[in-house]
Amino acid sequence: MSAILTCSNLTLGYENITLATDVSFEIGEGEYWCITGENGTGKTTLMKTILGLTKPLAGSVKWSDEAVKSGVGYLPQQTAVQRDFPASVTEVVLSGCQGRMGFRPFYNAQEKERAALNMERMGISDLSRRCYRELSGGQQQRVLLARALCATGKVLVLDEPVASLDPKVTEEMYELISSLNREDGITIIMVTHDPDAPARFATNELRFGQEVTCSCQLK
Amino acid sequence: MSAEMILSDWTSKLAEYLQFPFVRNAIIVGVLIALCSSLLGVTLVLKRFSFIGDGLSHVAFGAMSVATVLNLSNNMYLVLPATVICAVILLAAGRRAKLRGDAAIAMVSVSALALGYLIMNLFTSSSNLAGDVCSTLFGSTLILTLSDSEVILCIAVSLIVVVLFILFYNKIFAVTFDEDFASTAGTNARAYNVIIAVIIATIIVLAMNLVGSLLISALVIFPALSAMRVFKSFLKVTICSAVLSVICTLAGMLISILAGTPVGSTIVCADIVMYAVFAVVGRLAAKE
Repeated sequence: MSAILTCSNLTLGYENITLATDVSFEIGEGEYWCITGENGTGKTTLMKTILGLTKPLAGSVKWSDEAVKSGVGYLPQQTAVQRDFPASVTEVVLSGCQGRMGFRPFYNAQEKERAALNMERMGISDLSRRCYRELSGGQQQRVLLARALCATGKVLVLDEPVASLDPKVTEEMYELISSLNREDGITIIMVTHDPDAPARFATNELRFGQEVTCSCQLK
Repeated sequence: MSAEMILSDWTSKLAEYLQFPFVRNAIIVGVLIALCSSLLGVTLVLKRFSFIGDGLSHVAFGAMSVATVLNLSNNMYLVLPATVICAVILLAAGRRAKLRGDAAIAMVSVSALALGYLIMNLFTSSSNLAGDVCSTLFGSTLILTLSDSEVILCIAVSLIVVVLFILFYNKIFAVTFDEDFASTAGTNARAYNVIIAVIIATIIVLAMNLVGSLLISALVIFPALSAMRVFKSFLKVTICSAVLSVICTLAGMLISILAGTPVGSTIVCADIVMYAVFAVVGRLAAKE
């Protein structure tokens, strides 16, 4: 299996705090990775680093050419701004296509179709005209997942996708993510607090601890 | 006098005023400024930058005093660049800045206000300092004294602002809704934040003519806040706030011409009434 993401000898941290040193791993196409660990051990920083939002203190992050071409889909945690943002579901999902626009100012028919398709895939087509802030937590996550899928066909980076969801909706969300991995061959990189998640769903786990960072094969 | 007579009296009075080119100019400029200033309202409210209008207009006030003291032929040459630079620093500084958000705006705003007034006091030769300061702060009659070249400049700048906004509309939405996602999707969020800052600074310098620097925030945020009470999509909110802003400004200006009230405060009153109406409509719609 070819690698979609190669990280070598990463030192993670910000300003003068070092969180983890010498982190190296290789994520293969179609794998399902869980990134786990206590708060403050570097998992969110790792995620931001592989997304290019922060620079590593040392080491390198390399996406395969294919991943660069298809784009990376990111499912962030909800922000305070979004809680009172007047935006329809369609507007939010369509914004996932922004990377495809380049300097073209408006979305074209193909991108609108892509957005509609991904809403269908997430089972939120009937919500398309609703206001994003009025949806339930689970519905909002589906909207953001549809947006992430508009940005990629290959790889999703998920930041605690089930935080603040109730148990039933959590299961549905996990099922949705697993099916994207299984049926569409999308590589999943998920930061999670759920101690059971790696064993249940993942092919690999990257665990951040106080001293050691280990990556292990699960399946 | 019966209601009919008052009405016909008002109409004839209005017709009489509209024959003056400076009144027509003022109305054209007012409407354009209202249109521009409402466009970025939603973005600024949601980014928690509601007071940016106040902050930047005080910077513009400070720059204007310096320009007056230096006797520049056109104040704009100093006021616009100074305001744009401050806007970029405030809005685009990002999350790493030591001072940011409301604290930074408050600091920049009071400093500029104080320095501007101090400079005016120390160096100006004007015999009516209080009047000059008052009209800069509250707008008063400034808009009726615009020269033709200022009107043309204002029209040109407004058109540029509207065109830029339309071209960048989707990116502005994306960057406001989720900056991190926009960055990962290949949008240069920083660059767009700078563009937003430049547009807002330009609008504020323009709008100072209309309502003065103390009331500018009203022009920027009221239409957006009213529209947000009723509409649920970004496009509808944006269109609605542009329409509301134009209506309120037009109503405010006409009333102020007829009743002889100060332009700036009358426009803001129209905005307040509109907000109350939209708040009630929003409530009723939510109940259904």
